[in-house]
Amino acid sequence: MNRLARRNFLNNAMLSLTGLFTLLTVSILFVILGFLVWNGWRSVDLNFFTKLPLAAGEMGGGMANAIVGSGVVILISIAIGVPVGFLGGIYLAEFGGKTVPMLIRYTADLLNGVPSIVIGIFAWTVIVVPMHHFSAWAGGFALSLMMIPIGLRATEQFLRAVPNSLREGSLALGASKTRTILSVVVPAAKQGILTGLILGVARIAGETAPLLFTSLNNQFWASKLGEPTATLPVMIYTHAISPYEDWHRQAWAAGLVLLLLVLAANLAARWVLSHVGSAQRG
Amino acid sequence: MAHLVTLAFAASVFLVTVLLVYELWIHSEASRAKFGLSFLWKQTWDPVTDAFGALPFIYGTALTSLLALLISVPLGVGAAIFLAELAPARLSNACTFLVELLAAVPSVIYGLLALFTLVPLLRSYVEPFLKRTLGFLPWFQGPAYGVGYLAAALILSVMTFPFIISISRESLLAVPREQREAALALGATKWESTWRVVVPYARLGIIGSVFLALARALGETMAVTMVIGNNTSIHASLLAPGYTIAAIIANEFTEATGDVYLSALVELGLVLFALTMILNALAQLLILATSSKGSRQE
Amino acid sequence: MKKHLLCTSLLAAVTVMPAADTINGAGATFPAPIYQKWFEEFHKAHSDVRINYQPIGSGGGIRQLTEGTVDFGASDMPMTDAQIKAITKFKPLHFPTVLGGVVPTYNVSGVSSELKFTGETLAGIFLGTINKWNDPRLKRDNPGVNLPSEDITVAHRSDASGTSFVWTDYLSKVSPEWKGKVGANTSVNWPVGLGGKGNEGVAGLVKQTPNSIGYVELIYAVQNKMGYGSLKNAAGTFVKADFNTVTEAAAGSAQSMPEDFRVSITNAAGKNAYPVSTFTWLLIPDKIPNAANKKALTDFLKWMLTVGQQDAQGMSYAPLPKAVVAKEEKQIALIK
Repeated sequence: MNRLARRNFLNNAMLSLTGLFTLLTVSILFVILGFLVWNGWRSVDLNFFTKLPLAAGEMGGGMANAIVGSGVVILISIAIGVPVGFLGGIYLAEFGGKTVPMLIRYTADLLNGVPSIVIGIFAWTVIVVPMHHFSAWAGGFALSLMMIPIGLRATEQFLRAVPNSLREGSLALGASKTRTILSVVVPAAKQGILTGLILGVARIAGETAPLLFTSLNNQFWASKLGEPTATLPVMIYTHAISPYEDWHRQAWAAGLVLLLLVLAANLAARWVLSHVGSAQRG
Repeated sequence: MAHLVTLAFAASVFLVTVLLVYELWIHSEASRAKFGLSFLWKQTWDPVTDAFGALPFIYGTALTSLLALLISVPLGVGAAIFLAELAPARLSNACTFLVELLAAVPSVIYGLLALFTLVPLLRSYVEPFLKRTLGFLPWFQGPAYGVGYLAAALILSVMTFPFIISISRESLLAVPREQREAALALGATKWESTWRVVVPYARLGIIGSVFLALARALGETMAVTMVIGNNTSIHASLLAPGYTIAAIIANEFTEATGDVYLSALVELGLVLFALTMILNALAQLLILATSSKGSRQE
Repeated sequence: MKKHLLCTSLLAAVTVMPAADTINGAGATFPAPIYQKWFEEFHKAHSDVRINYQPIGSGGGIRQLTEGTVDFGASDMPMTDAQIKAITKFKPLHFPTVLGGVVPTYNVSGVSSELKFTGETLAGIFLGTINKWNDPRLKRDNPGVNLPSEDITVAHRSDASGTSFVWTDYLSKVSPEWKGKVGANTSVNWPVGLGGKGNEGVAGLVKQTPNSIGYVELIYAVQNKMGYGSLKNAAGTFVKADFNTVTEAAAGSAQSMPEDFRVSITNAAGKNAYPVSTFTWLLIPDKIPNAANKKALTDFLKWMLTVGQQDAQGMSYAPLPKAVVAKEEKQIALIK
């Protein structure tokens, strides 16, 4: 084979190979969904959503408390994480000089990179031990730490994207800086900020490790926020590693429900973001 | 007024991170005082005699992560090349979207899948096959448990694809068009232009994506805990059960009785934190270097 | 938008939730099946009392009780003097609840009959010195059984476990080599094997891994329809764990029970005593400031010692000897 033919052959071979790799990696998402649907869809029944877990070996239990528990813990983390991320992002975009914002951005990136199990250790030392209780508070706090960097970065990024002409126009009309930010800049960036919020929630919805030593688990309904609570990811974990077939079945169902929720949140975030362009052009 | 309020919230991020490092430091006091630096290379993990060493876990963490990258980097960079250079824009965007959704799948779900589908596959087919064909190598000896270093590495490689593909693709797209056109004008084939001109130009970003993926892999807890076999010794064979730092913390933290035991676990957390911090910093620098080099948007 | 939905569902959940406090306990997985049944039944009889028990291992129970993050603990290993001293706010009282046996459960291809083990062979397996199923020592004790020439996969606990303590306590008594090399504790430096979390984790590993062996509380083997072997006891008889053999193991201890109920009954004397039997204890603080919680726990203890004991046999545990029950009822009065 002459050199040109050889080079062309290599060209086609490598291009096909990379195409194959792409096919492989893209199809994994469908494989995951496929397995979860195949193994879990039969078990996602009314019992799953309404009943409490039963002792091992007894059939017919559900994960109602885990679903609500996850909701509660996520709400707590939103209550802590959103103000910090949002207001902190405003500071980084609208105020601040050189060094302070740089320092804060650096620590936010640091926080973003902390392994989730280490976040769990931290939440245990500062909330669980002084409170003398495993609790939804501790779980929510741990998750909020994982949410904050995402919200911070999204808020700053989308506020910066708002053209300065809007700010200057508002100030020229006599509005104070605070008023300008609240009434002009933030609304212009609201889709992006909302995206950051949704992505943050999607990230923490499936986290298990930080909850292992904070919200622990509960076979009943948690009667207050200072109590341990069941959550979906922890339930999936304990049920999957058990030897009971019925628990395995429920783990698949919970996995399917959790994955669908997380994917829905991600899709919602992207949909919201895709409408930013039209708003900004106004 | 708004200045102060927002500053307070922004500063709280700084404060909480400082507090985190501080808490890790003081709660690992007992272990650091007892073992000093030797903690990093001691191999025993014996709660009965309070003798703790981090080496088996550092080994397991490094082995599974590096093995995972060995698989996911060629596959990921290859896919990124296809998506950036060859695929039409719509296909490329659609595929990238699907791959990025993979990053959203929770770790515990990867673990669930690995435990019930990957592990039996490994135990019944893949590992016996590896033993038959490559069993003369020390890396493929020992019983075929299914769980172990190999299972953990495989699931980690799947979890790292999205980062490598997404960031490598962006780095490749940031390479100026002139570079490709120049190569093609000189008579290069598409592949030659890509492999010898575009990829080297974007190599900093690609390497950055690898570091980022590595940092994520090191800290992965749930999926790894469920399939690594939970064994506290160092084994040469990939088929053997082992442990990673994150996995042993997850398993033993709530029950470590005694100050030294608990502080040894916190010290492991500190080691992991330091490792990921360094890697993330390197990744940031590399990715920043590429985007400023090739970008026309600034 | 999403926040709204979550808010309303939280509100709905809050209005549905009862107002009384939940009492939180954590600890051993060994008695978890019967504890969870008990707490469910007790809740049905006393609807204002909810006791949430999380099986995280005996070590976890002791640790969390020490940290004060739970109201009571549970363990199959009695607390050591050092551990008791480490709790400054109160003294933990040991309340035996049931008797149980730890069995060697296995999954050996082609073997459906019961296997016989001695202290020597078990120690060898867990030390890694006996690593094939058709080892001559195993064949000697099991004539006529077709043992395969496969490697033995050992499964043990990855978490700090009272069940591990009982098992290693037994191995230490019958094997000087084990005692010297490994010792007895809730968490040891296992020479070989895979780690599973909780009794369920070990049962799961053995069930899914061919040619494996592990140790679990009897009910976990029974519930999962897994084979378990018989052990040669101190008197030389091969016994399988069941109601009678476990009860016989505790027979001697009832008379000589120490005041604080901390006792080990592994390798007990007795013709048909099961050698790996154990009490399991609830660890209750002797000072409970919350009056409602104190009443709930003391009521539960009284219920457990009378009504609760009737559940034991059906769940493959053995009830406490009458003499022990009488002594414990007196200890309840010590809770202030």
